[in-house]
Amino acid sequence: MASEMMGPPEEKGPQEAGDIRAAAAREREGREAAATDGAGQAVPGCHALASSLGAPSDGGESGVVKGTPVIAVQAITKHFGSVQALRGVDLEIHGGEVVGLVGDNGAGKSTLVNILSGGLQPNSGSIFVQGRKVTFSSSLEARRLGIETVYQDLSLAPDLTVWANIFLGRELKVKGPLRVFGWLDRKAMAASAEADLERTRIRIQSVSSLAGRLSGGQRQAIAVGRAVAWGSRVILMDEPTAALGVEQQERVGELVSSVAAHGVPILLISHNLPQIHRLCDRVVVLFRGQVVANLRPAESEVDEIVSWITGAALGARRSA
Amino acid sequence: MATRVRLPAAFSAPGTAVAVQPGDQSERPAWLNAVDRFGDFWIVAVLGLLVLIFGLLNTRLFTKGAWLSISNYSVEYLLVAVGETFVILTGGIDLSVGATLGFTGMVSGWVMQGMLNSNDSGLLTTVAGFAVALGLGAVVGAANGLVITRLKLPPFIVTLGSLTAIGAAPSLINGGTEIPTLPNQLASIGNGAVAGWIYTTFIVAVVASLIFGLLLHRTRFGLRTYAIGSNGLSARRAGIKVDGHLVWVYTISGFLAGIAGMMVMANQGVASPLSGQNDELDAIAAVVIGGASLFGGRGHMLGTFVGTMIISLLVTGLVLVNVNGSWTEVVTGLIIIGAVALDQVRLRLAEL
Repeated sequence: MASEMMGPPEEKGPQEAGDIRAAAAREREGREAAATDGAGQAVPGCHALASSLGAPSDGGESGVVKGTPVIAVQAITKHFGSVQALRGVDLEIHGGEVVGLVGDNGAGKSTLVNILSGGLQPNSGSIFVQGRKVTFSSSLEARRLGIETVYQDLSLAPDLTVWANIFLGRELKVKGPLRVFGWLDRKAMAASAEADLERTRIRIQSVSSLAGRLSGGQRQAIAVGRAVAWGSRVILMDEPTAALGVEQQERVGELVSSVAAHGVPILLISHNLPQIHRLCDRVVVLFRGQVVANLRPAESEVDEIVSWITGAALGARRSA
Repeated sequence: MATRVRLPAAFSAPGTAVAVQPGDQSERPAWLNAVDRFGDFWIVAVLGLLVLIFGLLNTRLFTKGAWLSISNYSVEYLLVAVGETFVILTGGIDLSVGATLGFTGMVSGWVMQGMLNSNDSGLLTTVAGFAVALGLGAVVGAANGLVITRLKLPPFIVTLGSLTAIGAAPSLINGGTEIPTLPNQLASIGNGAVAGWIYTTFIVAVVASLIFGLLLHRTRFGLRTYAIGSNGLSARRAGIKVDGHLVWVYTISGFLAGIAGMMVMANQGVASPLSGQNDELDAIAAVVIGGASLFGGRGHMLGTFVGTMIISLLVTGLVLVNVNGSWTEVVTGLIIIGAVALDQVRLRLAEL
């Protein structure tokens, strides 16, 4: 069941988007077939990416190398003028993990997500993907390494259809002579988008609807569905449930768990602490641009997380 | 514009009954849905209404002469409006299209005059004239795009500067006087009419709008043009090279102004330093009347075509009903305001 809800892990190198998509579809079919056997299968996309980055490709069940974080940052700093947003942040995310990133407004959560997604460049520090040091000069480079983001502002074009939003930047072109002109394969993209949303249990009556005509919750669902459909290595979610009702929040929660169960880790930013506590394997607390706590919800109550967010726990520790 | 759809709750599994979401059409009155279905193409009805009104006031509107006049008038505006559509869809504006039209026409005319004086063949001269006008137009457009994207300046200011600078250039060519020595081949394009009903220049303009319409509505370039105007940040995040794309968009605008420059020359039989003046205003008007949003992301090439035809119809129609020509501009201005106001009302209704 979980495999039906899972998006396709894919390799997205510097190839043509259409080719990537076609390869991904083949991979997906193969993986789903394996999943029905009940075997704990590797994630082909992650395997391929791990190989391409020089990491061993004989990973475990989740398809990622045990011990090596899928993505890690070391001593990341970022300032905007005189404002120091991040001060030497370290963070590791391993395969299959759901890591909560919490903190008060201005703690640096979105800045960190923007750095991981290639939208911002840090002033110092390093980013490692599968153990290899990388630098992102754009969001595209991060996406090519399988890092997808659900942005707080959703990053949807309201005047484009749902399928166009899902495929923007990775459009499929028709085969044949018209391909030279960049002729779009609209039917294929619409069908694929529908299948992607179906797989993630996101129901939109028509993927040809304009994104701007959908309700806030539906727009958010599309942003989440897009990230899950393309995110082969790690998915960063910045407040993915902010505009959702209770039932839909539960759906996103299920989606997060099922994606992680397939080895693709998720970094989840949310102000919904009960949800964070329930969904996450680990909770990282940012306070004034620094990581001040790395908690396991199984061993910590929500109140303890709150005390780290407000700085009360930090103050208590210092005074002790 | 896609019609509104009944939307179940997001994430609901197949067959799961869900509550009605905000914006769900099932709650909306039928007349609001009808407004939606009418979509952007209400402007076609406005064109039909204008034809009816002018036709009732003077049946000469339905004669061949009136049609030739309307279609001929529309040629230069349609060509520049097609380029302007791309620009406006990105949320930009190109005020320099009229000046580019005049500039490219004069330079091309000057080159062709020189070639004819050197006893070059008319055909070769015509081809060279086209190459100069189209190439120069593209260069002017690309320069606009580069300045806008590299220096991060507002398109309004940059193209206003181009309008002023390039607008003055024709008066520096050939002493600022008309260039009458043009090849016969070019004149034959201007005078030619298929079966006496459709000018060759009009065919050129329609074919150009068809080709660029397909580019806009069927290709990756077009989709990305919409995406940039709709949400530039999301386009950048999606990996679209927005700056490079914008340079191409302004290049297209300049290129089409170059074609328009040639068509005007073919039509008039001379290269005039006065050509293209204020064309940008009619082009922008046609695009906006056609349903495009000046904020970008919304618009349609068919709308631009209809918008151009409305303006052309107004010019001829008002003459036919013996209204002073100056009223044309008054009416055009009112229609622009009316079109935008109606569009805003329609959008607000769509939100209900």
